[in-house]
Amino acid sequence: MALVTINGERCKGCGLCVRACPKNIIALSKTKLNSKGYQIAEILDMAACIACASCARTCPDVVIEIEK
Amino acid sequence: MTQVFARTKGLLDVDFHYCPGCTHGIVHRLVAEVLEEMGLLDKAIGVAPVGCAVFAYNYFNCDMYEAAHGRAPAVATGCKRVHPQNIVFTYQGDGDLASIGTAEIVHAAHRGEKITAIFINNAIYGMTGGQMAPTTLVGQKTTTSPYGRDKELCGSPIRIAEMLATIEGSAYIERVACNNNANIIRTKKAIQKAFQAQIDRKGFSMVEVLATCPTNWGKSPVEAMKWLEENMIPYYPLGVYKEV
Amino acid sequence: MARQLLKGCEAIAEAAIRGGCRYFFGYPITPQNDIPEYMSARLPQVGGVFLQAESEVAASNMVYGAAGAGARAMTSSSSPGISLKQEALSYIAGAELPCVVVNMMRGGPGLGGIQASQGDYFQSTKGGGHGDYHMIVFAPDTVQESVDIMYDAFDIADKYRNTVMLLADGLIGQMMEPVTLPEFKSDAQIQTAKPWAATGWHEGCGRPRAIVNSLHITDEDLEALHERLQATYRQIEANEVRVELFNTENAEIVIAAYGTISRVCRSAINELAKQGVKVGLIRPITLWPFPSQAIAQVAAEQSVKKFLTVEISAGQMVEDVRLAVNGKKPVEFFGYPGSRIATVDEIVAKVLEMKEG
Repeated sequence: MALVTINGERCKGCGLCVRACPKNIIALSKTKLNSKGYQIAEILDMAACIACASCARTCPDVVIEIEK
Repeated sequence: MTQVFARTKGLLDVDFHYCPGCTHGIVHRLVAEVLEEMGLLDKAIGVAPVGCAVFAYNYFNCDMYEAAHGRAPAVATGCKRVHPQNIVFTYQGDGDLASIGTAEIVHAAHRGEKITAIFINNAIYGMTGGQMAPTTLVGQKTTTSPYGRDKELCGSPIRIAEMLATIEGSAYIERVACNNNANIIRTKKAIQKAFQAQIDRKGFSMVEVLATCPTNWGKSPVEAMKWLEENMIPYYPLGVYKEV
Repeated sequence: MARQLLKGCEAIAEAAIRGGCRYFFGYPITPQNDIPEYMSARLPQVGGVFLQAESEVAASNMVYGAAGAGARAMTSSSSPGISLKQEALSYIAGAELPCVVVNMMRGGPGLGGIQASQGDYFQSTKGGGHGDYHMIVFAPDTVQESVDIMYDAFDIADKYRNTVMLLADGLIGQMMEPVTLPEFKSDAQIQTAKPWAATGWHEGCGRPRAIVNSLHITDEDLEALHERLQATYRQIEANEVRVELFNTENAEIVIAAYGTISRVCRSAINELAKQGVKVGLIRPITLWPFPSQAIAQVAAEQSVKKFLTVEISAGQMVEDVRLAVNGKKPVEFFGYPGSRIATVDEIVAKVLEMKEG
């Protein structure tokens, strides 16, 4: 069981984490914008996460933290 | 639960000013993680460039300078000669290092200066608004090569890692890319090796990181990564060019 | 201390070391090569570092790096090389760093010549680089005075976190004169506290994280920098003006001249005294801050009818003399642009012509 925490306020919605995720469980939110107006990344299926940290490694704004 | 990935203490807890998808953030994090993991943060002194990374002094959790355009290796030299026991690094883009600062980077290598240069090659001037850099690819459109870089007019892109590797004073020179998970892991290892070469006082070290500039390339962050893979990596081959 | 016969450049270099200089970043250019050459031999003997840079641009940016690291660092050059150093001098001003620079002026513009000149007065006193700043500029007229100024130059630079420039010319640098060298300053004297310097940092080390920087991106920050700089400049103007007055009492004509040419003027004044003409000399030793008050006071004297400024230039300091005299008396100029030095006879003739005119 993994827990991915995304600091949405710091996310710029660049989508690199979406591209990096081998499980295809990250998407840019269609409904949630942060105060800067960016669509923030969110985990669609936390149970499927393998805690590989590919998303965190590619995130240019260091907004992702992962526990397992 | 155990922590798998957390923000490094090598970075201050502030927002980066970079555009969405800009790979400066990835490389900042890698440098900061390496400094933290190698126990170098209290010894590290960084030199920020002129260019998009001009504010790097607001991000690295160590003593910092901001240098004139291209002069970071000279500033780092002055600092390192005063504090030979400290770990001194420059963080420079391609306008800074590969254009206006070629004399300074070449001669820092030539003296075997015990400093580490982190060189971000994104084939364009970012901060000033997407002008042609010496690293801009032939045919690449920029705001000062609106018809695409013309080889007859401007020559071919300069390969810095290859050039610096020919210099006797260079101890570790590697070109990496931050386009995918595996290459990001390789980039971190290259940065570790470069700092280790400095710790071992072997000479000058540089890591050239192929990076993207989605905003000035006119591409989405994901398209920019693809463009880097299809266009930059073939012209700028990845690998270790010098290791002593 | 014994007096010795020393060449200007070498005496200046030794005085810098005795005054605490431990880092020198240089680049060859005539006529100041004796300074880096001397430093390359001498600094290693006192635990210092001499480095020959790839250019004057790099040398002065190395000074920025070393000064930002807390060291007493300097560079030297001559006019065309000093032009190249302006970039770093501006950044050094913006980052409020202390350092020392020697300019052994030669004729310009461009490559100009290699003979003595005073063509860099504007560059030295009005900024040189971009952006509303000042260096403290000393203009010695003898090798001994060069030594005395250089010996204290780092103390002054550290006190104000400002660049100190020693502005001389090929003649001062190349001639030999008897000098008395001062004793080495002690470590305690030269190790000024610099809590702003980059030395390596961790939380709880007793100072904030160092950021050696001239970028102040918001209006407020940039204005705050200028408020600090201007406050410093007012202090420097209050404390550091140096000027020599010679024979100005009851003088009819007063010559203003600095550095090498002031020596020729002094001879002309002695010659004129023999002919019964009372001529005085105002010799600014600091060109910035400029001794405007001293000049204004002399201009207020009833006996003084006219001023003459003599320079090895087309007339640069004369503008500051005119501002200081402020219309109270006429101010004339005599001198040659380039490197030709006015002779005693020519200056005597000029003064006599003014007296009659």
